[in-house]
Amino acid sequence: MSTEQVHRDDFGSRLGMWLFLVTEMVLFGGLFIAYSALRHRYPMEFHHGGAELNATLGIINTVVLLTSSLTVVLSIVAIQRSEKSRAIGFLSSTLVLGLVFLIIKAFEWSAKFHHGLYPNAPHLATLPPGEQVFFGLYFSMTGLHGLHIVAGMGVLSWMLYMVSKDQVRADRYVHLENAGLYWHLVDVIWIFLLPLFYLAA
Amino acid sequence: MTAQPSFLENTGTRKGLLAWILSTDHKRVGLLYLYSMVTFFFVGVSIGVVMRLVQLTTFQKLITAQTYNALFTLHGVIMIFLFVIPGLGAVFGNFFLPILIGAKDVAFPRLNLASWYFFMIGATLAILSLFTGGGAPDTGWTFYAPFSIKTGTNISLAVFGAFILGFSSMLTGINFITTIHRLRAPGMNWFRMPLFVWATYATSWIQILATPILAITLMLVILERFFGIGIFDPAKGGDPLLYQHLFWIYSHPAVYIMILPAMGAISEIIPTFAHRTIFGYKAIAFSSIAIAGVGSLVWAHHMFTSGMSSFATMLFSLLTMIVAVPSAIKVFNWVSTLYKGAIDFQPPLFFALSFIFLFCIGGLTGVMQGALAINVHIHDTYFIVGHFHYVMFGGTGFAFFAALLYWFPKMFGKMYNKRAIYASWFPMFIGFNMLYFGMMILGVMGMPRRYYVHLPQFHWMHVFATVGSWFLVLGLVGFFGTLLYAIFKGEKAEDNPWGGVSLEWTIPSPPPVENFETIPTITTEPYHFPQEEQA
Repeated sequence: MSTEQVHRDDFGSRLGMWLFLVTEMVLFGGLFIAYSALRHRYPMEFHHGGAELNATLGIINTVVLLTSSLTVVLSIVAIQRSEKSRAIGFLSSTLVLGLVFLIIKAFEWSAKFHHGLYPNAPHLATLPPGEQVFFGLYFSMTGLHGLHIVAGMGVLSWMLYMVSKDQVRADRYVHLENAGLYWHLVDVIWIFLLPLFYLAA
Repeated sequence: MTAQPSFLENTGTRKGLLAWILSTDHKRVGLLYLYSMVTFFFVGVSIGVVMRLVQLTTFQKLITAQTYNALFTLHGVIMIFLFVIPGLGAVFGNFFLPILIGAKDVAFPRLNLASWYFFMIGATLAILSLFTGGGAPDTGWTFYAPFSIKTGTNISLAVFGAFILGFSSMLTGINFITTIHRLRAPGMNWFRMPLFVWATYATSWIQILATPILAITLMLVILERFFGIGIFDPAKGGDPLLYQHLFWIYSHPAVYIMILPAMGAISEIIPTFAHRTIFGYKAIAFSSIAIAGVGSLVWAHHMFTSGMSSFATMLFSLLTMIVAVPSAIKVFNWVSTLYKGAIDFQPPLFFALSFIFLFCIGGLTGVMQGALAINVHIHDTYFIVGHFHYVMFGGTGFAFFAALLYWFPKMFGKMYNKRAIYASWFPMFIGFNMLYFGMMILGVMGMPRRYYVHLPQFHWMHVFATVGSWFLVLGLVGFFGTLLYAIFKGEKAEDNPWGGVSLEWTIPSPPPVENFETIPTITTEPYHFPQEEQA
C-alpha cells in the first residue's frame, strides 16, 4: 500500500546490504572463534590435518573465485555503460566460475570421503581427537561456505534475468551492486578459509 | 484531516484476513506481531501455571518428570524467543518507529512483512517439535551441549525453529537501522529523535551483531546431531564449554534486546505524564548505546561455575558490575524527570512506575549475582529464576503493558476502561511479587531450579508462590480482557489523550495509511512542552 509512494533510495538499499553482510561475517565469526579455540588446544593435530588437504586445489579454487569477483565488477561497469550483452557475458562467466569452484570442491570432498576422513567415519575415529575435530570444522566451514556459493549463484542468476529484462540498467543497478557485494563477501570468507585449513600444515 | 482513511480500514483490493497478512504497512505488521505474540504469551503463561501446580505437592505429581522437563523447556522457548525477544521492538518499534521520526514506513516494507513470516514459521517449527520426532525437547531453552546432542528428543527441529526466528530478528534490525539512518523527517537530527528511537537503534545493532552467533551455534548443534562433527564432543576433540561461550555471546546481549526497547518506551511515557522535558536526554540516549556495547562483553557471567579460569571469572564479574551503571543512569533520569513535574496520574504511568520498581529489584539482584562469591552459592537455584523473571517479566513485561496502555488509544483509536486496568493491576502486581520474590527466597534456601520434586522444607514457600501465580494470571486476564473489550466496545479516543508532544500525537487516532498528510519539519528538541515554558 504505502510502498509505492516511498521514493527509491539506492543509498539505503546499499546500507541494508552492508548490514546484512555484517550479519554474515558474524555468522562465520562464530565458526572462526571455534576454530581458534580448538586450534590453540591442538596445534600439532591441526598441522597434521592440514597436511591431508590438497593445497594445490585450494589455491586453484582461490584463483577461480577471485576471477569470478572480477567478472562481477566488470558486469557492473558494463551495465553503467549500458553495454547489456557484455554485462550478460560477464555475469554468465561468474556463474560458470562459481560452478567450477563447486566441482573442484566436490572432487576434494569425495577424496576425503574415500580416505575415510569424514565425521563419524570408522577411520577418522582412530585418529587423535584434535584431528577429528579439525575435519569436523573443515566440513562445517567449507560446507557452509559452499552453501553461500550456491545462494550467491542463485542471486546472480536472478540478476542475469533482471538484466536481460532491462529491469537492471544504467539508471537502476543497485540490485546488481548488492548481489556483487554478496559475492565479494563469499569470496573474502574463502580467502580466510584457505590459510586456516589448506595452509595449516 | 478526516479525508484520509485510517490504516484499520481496508482500502486496497484485498479483503478480510488477506488484507492483513499480505499488507506491508508497518502499522499492520506491528499489529500482526502484537496478536501473535500475545497469543504465544498466553500459551507460555498456561505452561507456567501448570508448572506451578506441579510444585503444589512434594512427590505425588500431576505429570511425569519427562513432561515437566518438556514444559520448562517449552515455557522458556516460547517466552524468550516468541515473546520477549521480539517484544516491544517488533510491536511498537514497527508501529511507532516510522511515525516517531516522521516517516511513512520503514525502509524495506516487504522485508518487514517477510520478517513476520519468518517469525511465524520459526514459531510453528518450534511448536511442531513437541509432537514429532522423539518427543518434546527436554534440555531447557539454553540447549546446552552435551545433553542437547545426546538426548533422543526432537531437539533438531526446535533448534531449527529458533534459527529461523533469529533470521526474523536480524532482518528487523537491518530494517530499523536503515530506516533511522535514511528516513528521518527534515530537521529530525540525531538529538531530536525520541528516546524510544535511540533505544530501538541500539537494540537493532545488537540484533545484527549478536543473533548470527546464535544462528551458527544452533546450526552446529544440528550438524552435531546429524553428522557428529564433534565440535562440542570431548571424545572427538570438541569442547562443551565452547557451546556455552557461543550460546551466551548471543544470549546475554539478547537480554538487552529484550530490555532496551522497554526502557525506551518508559522514556517516552515518563515525560508525557510529568508534562516535563526528560531529564538528561543525552545521558539516556548514550546509555542505550553503552548498554549495547558493554552488554556484549559480559556473557560469561552465566558460566562462573562451568569451569573457566579464575582470571576470566574475575574479568567477567567486573564487566558485569560495570553494565549496571548505564541502567542506573536511566533510572535516576526517569526519577529526576518526575521531580517537580506536573504529574498526571494515568494507567500507563502507573505501569511505568511499577516497571521501575520491579526492574530495580531485578537489576540489583543481577549485580548480586555478578559477585563471584555469591554466584557460586545461588547458581542454578530458584534465585536465578526469580531474578530473571523480575527483569524479563517485571521489566520487559510490565514495560510492554505500559507501552500498550500508552499507545493503545493511538493504535486502535479507542480508549479502555481505566478503572478496570487499575483493578487488574492489583492482583497482577501482588501475585507477581508473591510468585517471584517467593522464588528468590526459595533459591537462597537452596531449592535448585528445574527440579521436578522438592524437599519438605521448601514446601510452604512453593505453595505461597503458586498462590501468587493465580493472582498474577487473574490480573493478566483482566488486563487483556479490558483491552480486548475496548477494541470492540471502547469509547472513541482523542487524537492526543495524554497531552504528549511527540509526532504520533499530532496525527489522527488511529493513524491514516500514510501516517502524515505532509511530512512534518522538526524545529524543536523532543519532549518540548509549551506549558512548561509558560510556568
